[in-house]
Amino acid sequence: MHAIYGWVTGPLTWIAFLLFFGGLLYRLVQLLILVRRKEPFIFSYMSLKYSLRSILHWILPFGTVNWRLHPVMTIVTFAFHICLLVAPVFLMAHAILFEEAWGFGWPSLPDVAADWMTLIVIAGAVFFLVRRIVRPEVRFVTSTSDYVLLAVVAAPFVTGFIAYHQLFAYRWMLVAHIVSGQVMLVAIPFTRLVHMLFAPLTRAYTGSEFGGVRHAVDW
Amino acid sequence: MAQPAKSEAKQIVDNGIEKGAAGLTEDRIQAVINRVIKGESGARLKVYVDTCVHCGLCSEACHYYLSHDKDPRYSPVAKVKQTLWEMIRRKGRVSVDFMRRAAEIVHTECNLCKRCAMYCPFGIDIAYLMMVVRRIVHLLGMTPQYIQDTAHSHAAVSNQMWVKPDEWPDTLQWQEEEARGEIPTLRIPLEKEGADIMYSVIGPEPKFQAQLIYQAAVIMDVAGVNWTMPATAGWDNSDMAMFTGDNEVMGRIKREHYETAARLRVRRIVMGECGHAFRSVYDVGNRWLGWRIPPIPIIHAIEFYHELLTAGKIRVAKKFKTPVTIHDPCNVVRGGGLHRMARDLAHALCEEVVEMYPNCEHNYCCCAGGGVINCGPPWKNKRIEGNRVKADQLADAKIRGAKVLIAPCHNCHSGLEDINHAYELGLDIKFFGDIIYEVMEKPEA
Repeated sequence: MHAIYGWVTGPLTWIAFLLFFGGLLYRLVQLLILVRRKEPFIFSYMSLKYSLRSILHWILPFGTVNWRLHPVMTIVTFAFHICLLVAPVFLMAHAILFEEAWGFGWPSLPDVAADWMTLIVIAGAVFFLVRRIVRPEVRFVTSTSDYVLLAVVAAPFVTGFIAYHQLFAYRWMLVAHIVSGQVMLVAIPFTRLVHMLFAPLTRAYTGSEFGGVRHAVDW
Repeated sequence: MAQPAKSEAKQIVDNGIEKGAAGLTEDRIQAVINRVIKGESGARLKVYVDTCVHCGLCSEACHYYLSHDKDPRYSPVAKVKQTLWEMIRRKGRVSVDFMRRAAEIVHTECNLCKRCAMYCPFGIDIAYLMMVVRRIVHLLGMTPQYIQDTAHSHAAVSNQMWVKPDEWPDTLQWQEEEARGEIPTLRIPLEKEGADIMYSVIGPEPKFQAQLIYQAAVIMDVAGVNWTMPATAGWDNSDMAMFTGDNEVMGRIKREHYETAARLRVRRIVMGECGHAFRSVYDVGNRWLGWRIPPIPIIHAIEFYHELLTAGKIRVAKKFKTPVTIHDPCNVVRGGGLHRMARDLAHALCEEVVEMYPNCEHNYCCCAGGGVINCGPPWKNKRIEGNRVKADQLADAKIRGAKVLIAPCHNCHSGLEDINHAYELGLDIKFFGDIIYEVMEKPEA
């Protein structure tokens, strides 16, 4: 057990973070090269002002017509994404692990808050799952990979929750939590989860076109 | 409403699609798809496909989706799924039947109005993706017959309507003569080098709406504008090749248009009330030719009339009495931000302006643009059924008093005319030019 734990928290973690950061960097550089090679005009239309204007409207809950059209989806997706980003980064256990390894850490959330945020992520994932099944327009464009991706994202939170509360099989759950977290990190650059990196860029380009050329709003 | 949008099981046969499909093999399809997807396309295609999380939030943007009782096949993302996703997944190895259906989807179930780009949280430009598929359809020679005919016309005579070189100046002189009955000193100056403005129109104006040229000439004359029209090819600003994915012809006719203006040494090109032509000369053609913005400033009629009115060059004698409502054409509003000026103009010209909702950037498409109406009679009923939501929107404006519908775009005009008729709305559809001509101060004849 110790050997497995040592292995997943050691070499596997290194590999996961390398693939995560390296993968994101690779996707970004690959994208920029592609733009430069085939659609260099994109650079000439990009505008910081209109990019930020567009992004700002869309990262505000109810900041756009479409967010207001889907109030439940809006609340869930914002809560889900905020908790998804904040809970793991500011979890006390993670900060401590990091501090033990590197000698410095950062302020962390009280465990109760992190616990609730984890539940919000899990509830959000369940909502997305149900939405995929019951909404015809979503079901029509859903493929197996969409369910797999949802599972990949939910898994670290489910296992983390079980492990933290030591509901059962604590040690195995902990290993499962670490491995599923690593799987998620590695999946981000190489699957549609790459929207974490690309969504602000597509938004920025559309915002720039709408603001700079089309003189219209895009929200 | 007169026609419920529910009768669509019947198969529509389009000779253009069928003739193209008849000669196709899967090898040929695969080669063309890969040429476009791997060769011609770049970062946008890749990122849009890789980033889409299949959330379906674009659905409510689409008038086809809304008009078909939220049938999921009509949502914007579903149209990408039924075309590009499959092509990419199967590495271009798709059947002839698949391409037949793809051609139908991209040409007759999407107006490229880009409303969905405003509803996608990531701002994915689905209209661009539809254009990628239209490009594939074009290269496979299976573009719907009627729109292909207009593209042929562009290629052969540099205008959309097979107007022959002698018919063009002839029509202008005929309209000049007509207008001189009203204003004896009126001229339609042809080939006047160094004029301030080159006035350009779309092919259908000389073909069957010559009175619009008459009206424009009266407005120009009364306003004392130093203007001209070319007597040569290059006068037509319209562009169906842009909508068939025939970028080569599109670029060629845009070049001819800009070069004609350059030859006449005008400062600006003012264009009539057309939307897709605005898109082609303001946004698309210039890019193909390597210009970030058009090489010569392009002024849409809305902007031009606004300018004339604000500068006091034309004056309103008596405001238009009948209550009007404004349709915001996608290409000049979502594509040019002219909705504010359109409203200023409407309020300056008319006594009562009733808004329709949603409006401005969020207005529903006319369902004619993007080359859909140009796919001709075989697809007419499908187009009308696909925009029931527009009929509802117009009916609502009518209930609140609107009797005249101002649509400052030719495609919108024709499409709305069909909706108006099919759903028995009884609205009178007009251009801004019609209203200005009616209400402006004119010299005593």
